[in-house]
Amino acid sequence: MSRQANRAGDPRKVNGELFTLTYGALVAQLIKDYENDEQVNKQLDKMGYNMGVRLIEDFLARANMGRCNDFRETADVIAKVAFKMYLGLTPVVSNWSAAGDEFSLLLESNPLTEFVELPSGHNNLNYSNLMCGVLRGALEMVQMDVDVRFVQDTLKGDNITEIRLKFNKRLEDAVPVGED
Amino acid sequence: MADEVIFEFLHMEIVDHIHKESSNEEKEQGISKLEALGFRVGQSLIERLTKECSRFKDELDTMKFLCKDLWNLVYKKQIDNLRTNHQGVYVLQDNRFKFLVQMSTGKQYMESAPKYLAFPCGMIRGALSNLGINCIVTAEVSAMPACKFQIQIQRS
Repeated sequence: MSRQANRAGDPRKVNGELFTLTYGALVAQLIKDYENDEQVNKQLDKMGYNMGVRLIEDFLARANMGRCNDFRETADVIAKVAFKMYLGLTPVVSNWSAAGDEFSLLLESNPLTEFVELPSGHNNLNYSNLMCGVLRGALEMVQMDVDVRFVQDTLKGDNITEIRLKFNKRLEDAVPVGED
Repeated sequence: MADEVIFEFLHMEIVDHIHKESSNEEKEQGISKLEALGFRVGQSLIERLTKECSRFKDELDTMKFLCKDLWNLVYKKQIDNLRTNHQGVYVLQDNRFKFLVQMSTGKQYMESAPKYLAFPCGMIRGALSNLGINCIVTAEVSAMPACKFQIQIQRS
């Protein structure tokens, strides 16, 4: 029958389910290892950070982007280019703070949680916390110190998944020689 | 659709995490944990992949499916060589195994190859297990990035 169905497509793309399932297996393993949601969150964030630090290199090499002049531009690049490239979706940027140093990414669907249901007793678990780490790690490598956290999560009964990013400061001392 | 880079990075982080966790105890345990993770992923993946397939004719047919479709789905290529002794042993050879390609082309870093192969081994075993075949899967590397997976079918 349709055994040839999974061919073609972009050669750099893998099946999204593979990623989702692998991530799910990882979270399940972490829950087994730690038995405390806070620690699982922390571990996921840490792993995400390590991924982000590497991912930014890949991103800059492929996206051919220059430096962002302000945080608004950064927000646009994250939502429209980075999310599109790596997860195939475009979150909405909204809820800007008056000072322009804080915004939210609104995700209608979250590919990481495609087959997931949170069992009771895990109210503190931020299932997709890896994403926060990725964003934080990647931005740190372009001299931005940013706080990233989940505000709303569809897994916890909210209508939408919301990731909040808060700009703290520019990391000055890490600027490479020969650049402003 | 996700980008292959994030899957690769995620796999690296999983290996790194589990390796660190078990560094005080025996390394063996870390390998089997990775294998168990892969097993679980393989099980669910094959379930999704075969939902519109007709029944496989025999064991060899199943193996061919593994080499072509599953490999294509996960690694974007087919297995380069499939051998069998027709007595329940299959050897799958991949000349450019994705998890090893970036690492080296030769004997360097050989000692770290096993931990990057545990997850794929588990995935093969999980996939076959959900297709009704019990087996033992081991991997063997003589020079990166080529890699051989040996599947030994357990008959009860």
